[in-house]
Amino acid sequence: MTARTLFDRVWDAHVVRALADGVSLLYVDLHLVHEVTSPQAFAGLRHAGRKVRRPERTLATVDHNVPTSERTLPIADPVAARQVDALSTNAREFGIELFDLASPGQGIVHVIGPELGATQPGMLIVCGDSHTSTHGAFGAFALGIGTSEVEHVLATQCIVLSKPRNLEARISGSLEPGVGAKDLILALIGKIGTAGATGHVIEYTGDAIRALSMEERMTVCNMSIEAGARAGMIAPDEVTFAYLGGRPRAPQGAAWTAALERWRTFRSDPNARYDAQVQLDASRVGPQVTWGTTPGMVADIKARVPDPAQLATENEREAALRALEYMGLKPGTPLEGIPIDRVFLGSCTNARIEDLRAAANIVRGRHVASRVRAMVVPGSQRVKAQAEQEGLDRVFRDAGFEWRNAGCSMCLGMNPDVLGAGERCAATSNRNFEGRQGRGGRTHLMSPVMAAAAAIEGHLVDVRAW
Amino acid sequence: MVKPFVRHRGKVAALPRRDVDTDQIIPKQFLKGVERTGFGSGLFFDWRADPGFELNQPAAQGATILVTGANFGCGSSREHAVWALAEYGFRAIIAPSFADIFLANCFRNGVLPVKLAANEVAMVTQRAQDAGYEVVVDLEQQVVSDDRGFTARFSADAYGRELLLRGLDEIGRTLLEEPSITAYERSHP
Repeated sequence: MTARTLFDRVWDAHVVRALADGVSLLYVDLHLVHEVTSPQAFAGLRHAGRKVRRPERTLATVDHNVPTSERTLPIADPVAARQVDALSTNAREFGIELFDLASPGQGIVHVIGPELGATQPGMLIVCGDSHTSTHGAFGAFALGIGTSEVEHVLATQCIVLSKPRNLEARISGSLEPGVGAKDLILALIGKIGTAGATGHVIEYTGDAIRALSMEERMTVCNMSIEAGARAGMIAPDEVTFAYLGGRPRAPQGAAWTAALERWRTFRSDPNARYDAQVQLDASRVGPQVTWGTTPGMVADIKARVPDPAQLATENEREAALRALEYMGLKPGTPLEGIPIDRVFLGSCTNARIEDLRAAANIVRGRHVASRVRAMVVPGSQRVKAQAEQEGLDRVFRDAGFEWRNAGCSMCLGMNPDVLGAGERCAATSNRNFEGRQGRGGRTHLMSPVMAAAAAIEGHLVDVRAW
Repeated sequence: MVKPFVRHRGKVAALPRRDVDTDQIIPKQFLKGVERTGFGSGLFFDWRADPGFELNQPAAQGATILVTGANFGCGSSREHAVWALAEYGFRAIIAPSFADIFLANCFRNGVLPVKLAANEVAMVTQRAQDAGYEVVVDLEQQVVSDDRGFTARFSADAYGRELLLRGLDEIGRTLLEEPSITAYERSHP
């Protein structure tokens, strides 16, 4: 038997049939659905008189356009309300479980899957959302798909794919205090570029990855898409199993023992071959901050805004010039010290309980700078409840943060949480594209502790000095 | 059903930028609808507010082919980006590279993504500055050509090519695999 990678194993386990030209029909174990990319898919099913093949393998929630303010009030935006209502109607009609706004299980789709224990090693998971790569942290092959594919999966429980290539990102060494998973993945994207892993599934390996908690692994896998990857994966280990044990949708009793035995097989053989490899020394990574309008435009907090004239190609120079103009930054400006107006602690990248604990440790007993408006948007209502039980809500509120309900919120600004034109934001989310958080808004991506420290100081700051 | 694409001759508009993300192609405020239509007017909404934007130029009016930079369609999986491009009138996008999810979405909506070498993209981009410049995109032969002797071969994803050439209903096609799917389910309870 030839040596296989983790990805090979998960892929092979899901091939229903090999079609022509290297294309396969693959079986989907878990299909996650949200309100924004699904209405047209359900309409298509209805139009063709088709049913959902495996409703019990489909989970729906509302996250993208829901308000994070008071939940007892109706949604003020009638268009958003219609989309949320459409998902309720569709879930009811097609027999799909829905975590709606009133549910204590509601939250960002990529936070609730793992939290329920629905996300498990070796699964093939899809969702009409690019950050589905998050679930790869459990050793699942998890990828974002478009709405036509959502409809296809609903109708057939299968997806047609050409097998992507496999890239190993080996991350070794120990992280310095104050530096975390977000810094690792931003540094990697900075190194390989926003299209560095296009057409590939990344497997993250190395002792630095092994040392990460599940929350941190999810942060790393989450941003695989920002390097262009089809998915990111980490082989499951004792950390994974400890996280899953006892969760509501995880196997119990004898089924748990059997599952563990199977899950342990999802790993790469020592002599497995990857199509490409990249290495990163974690001990040399400092806190990362983006300065431009793609996640690849990133630098160490101790660096300065780069000079486009110094970049290698005409293409890069033009892109950087445009980005600096949009961001209102001058070449040579130290990143540390750039004043901010807003802070967003949230998103499927960094709004899990550990993220909130880490940020709370920074702000405890301090106060948000007078010029800054800061908000915390927990990744799910369960994360919110857990944080409140630990008193973190009080820590944030006392420091001057707004404490919100769960949703995607200002990561993409579909709901009322948006930046105004020219406002500069320290964000724990995943995309700093032009207008992403609001038209004319300027986003600097960073870790939760870096964003928390920036909130207190009123400008970008090196959290290691705290 | 996918609108078939076999061969298309059309006017070219150039957007020489790399890493054009789907948030630019169709901003968030247009994603709240529950229909598949109504996205054309939102295409590049924020950029189109600038009179200097490439697609606002008289020479770009009526274009059905877009030539652009590397990593086009990166970021969000929103298929609305392809719906907007198609509704605006684009049938083919020429670029040095595309993001994976965007590429898959194109094939399912009758829009052909054409990957050409950087120097070929540069040539088409340059010629697109001339009013009325047209190219022919032939998916059957996998060739892009113009009337001035430019010819470039491309290699489309085999499955996507079949979907486009035959205008297939992908779900209907997969449902023909029913016996295999059922067999898989039986062996993986």
